[in-house]
Amino acid sequence: MKQTNLEVKIGKLRLKNPMMVASGTFGYAEEFKDFIDLRQLGAIVTKTITLAPRQGNPMPRTCETPAGMLNSIGLENPGIDKFIAEKLPALKKIGAPVIVSIASEDDPQEFTALARRLDKLKEVAGIELNISCPNIRGTTSPRHHVTRLIAQDAKAADEVVRAVRKVTKKTLITKLSPNVTDITEIALAAEKAGTDAVSLVNTFTAMSINVETRKPKIALAVAGLSGPAIRPIALRMVWEVYQKISVPIIGMGGIMDTSSALEFFLAGASCVSVGTANFINPRATIEIIAGIKQYLRENKIKDIKALIGNLNI
Amino acid sequence: MFQLKAKLFDNQRVKDNYFRLLLRAPQIAELAQPGQFVQVKIGDGCQPLLRRPFSIHRISQGSPRHHVTTSPNYELIEILYEVLGQGTQLLAQKKAGEYLDIIGPLGNGFNYRATGDGRRATVLVAGGMGVAPLLFLADRIVTTLPLRLRSGQARHHVTRKTVVLLGAKTYRQILCEKDFKALGCAVKIATDDGSRGFKGKVTELLKNILVTSHKSQVTSQAYASCDIKYATIYACGPYPMLKAVSNIAKHYDITAQVSLEAHVACGIGACLGCVVNTRGGYQRVCKEGPIFNAEKIVW
Ligand SMILES: Cc1cc2nc3c(=O)[nH]c(=O)nc-3n(C[C@H](O)[C@H](O)[C@H](O)COP(=O)(O)O)c2cc1C
Repeated sequence: MKQTNLEVKIGKLRLKNPMMVASGTFGYAEEFKDFIDLRQLGAIVTKTITLAPRQGNPMPRTCETPAGMLNSIGLENPGIDKFIAEKLPALKKIGAPVIVSIASEDDPQEFTALARRLDKLKEVAGIELNISCPNIRGTTSPRHHVTRLIAQDAKAADEVVRAVRKVTKKTLITKLSPNVTDITEIALAAEKAGTDAVSLVNTFTAMSINVETRKPKIALAVAGLSGPAIRPIALRMVWEVYQKISVPIIGMGGIMDTSSALEFFLAGASCVSVGTANFINPRATIEIIAGIKQYLRENKIKDIKALIGNLNI
Repeated sequence: MFQLKAKLFDNQRVKDNYFRLLLRAPQIAELAQPGQFVQVKIGDGCQPLLRRPFSIHRISQGSPRHHVTTSPNYELIEILYEVLGQGTQLLAQKKAGEYLDIIGPLGNGFNYRATGDGRRATVLVAGGMGVAPLLFLADRIVTTLPLRLRSGQARHHVTRKTVVLLGAKTYRQILCEKDFKALGCAVKIATDDGSRGFKGKVTELLKNILVTSHKSQVTSQAYASCDIKYATIYACGPYPMLKAVSNIAKHYDITAQVSLEAHVACGIGACLGCVVNTRGGYQRVCKEGPIFNAEKIVW
């Protein structure tokens, strides 16, 4: 029998399989080289990079919650220059397509400046616009967490995507926030503005409190929730967006194993990203690729594309 | 770094809420350095979801057939833990023969090479469960290094110069006293309530020792000839204790290495969840640490 085909396309990018890693949960890939053969990944998405280095948020930055975790890293990263000089060469050597996630605290111009820099680099296969990080807007006080994300405003999203689209021909992915009333509005805006794909979801704003000390468990109180706890909501959002837009969807949110990854394909995702699961099982991505292959074989499906959005309803 | 399914050899209560877990993990045991840790997946599902970090408490040979003549074949790693939350409660229920998914060895480990030259004294300071990585360290200091020096006298020398200070709330939380003594270390105890040894903080005890040795070269039999002025301190315990150790070390101009604890999520340097503020900016406790030179930390 012919091999099952796992190849998918997003924008100009042809991926040998639909397995990606979620930004910020895979470092710069080198952290995982002892555990898996990194070449087997469909694509590697880097930790979000900003123009200037960022030291990130105060500690504590993470805590566990029921079937999930909170994080408030605050986009700690070395900045674009150091990233290109120190991280990109090793990433390139791996051989899997590298998608660089970029963000700005509050300046849309920064997105275009970053995209311009990356556009010139052959080793960059694509750019993901992180317009949905809930832990940015460099406040140092837990009392001032009023953050308006670009991904919470269709007009703002449109402007950023449009501006970046003008400066790069590279595959462009827009990462959406689940912290909205109607995620399809933002997805539609991004599509109209020229994004090649949307990725969803980023983390849900959330809290956890230590009742003994009466302190929030995260220094800045509000943080982003990820892991299996968010999976059903993320899945519903992928399903909603799938019915409204025609560019590919990269689905994520609590994918832990093959069956949870398959759920996302059935809801309409063309690719999936593994995030929090990398912390628990660094081999999760590779195991899921094998699991998907087996599922397709067992169900006599020759091509992963036949699965996308193929829900029995 | 290895991810493997380690067979549980033993999981015994030491006393009260303290347990010792013995796992067969040859790859990890072979590589492990004192101060390093392992990430343990307790339970298969989402409760708890994340792995839990545990210091490597000791490593040992799996079977007696390998013996001293050849270099030891380390196969087992030991973890000392206190049942505190949901994760450790579950861990305490694990039985011999079961398997645990573990990753290790992780982190950087103590730099103890300067210690064994026979001239410097070594002071290990443990606060509560902070004793866990220090037994492995003591073991390496008194056995491995003298072995390399290949001299019985040198070994004796180093042993005599290794002082262990154990601090806890009460005598009930004092752990591993016998183990340190069996290694030939001089052990001193401090309890908050005075139920054993010195009444007060272990850091006060540390200060006392340093003061005494500064006043007179020769002190009690425990560290006679031990020139504590050039000591290296290795400390593990709660943050305030480590901060105090750091201040003391600075005051007496001696070096201290501290093992920091943090909310570790991934344990492999990927999530940036467990950073500490150092003179060189934020650094990852799980990767650049957990052992830091005390003067490097912005306390
Ligand atoms: C520790 C941590 C750091 C993250 N950092 C980023 C980031 O830098 N950029 C980004 O777009 N998303 C970031 N995310 C969000 C993930 O990429 C992903 O969207 C989210 O965690 C949901 O997927 P999961 O449940 O599989 O983790 C981070 C998530 C975690 C847990």
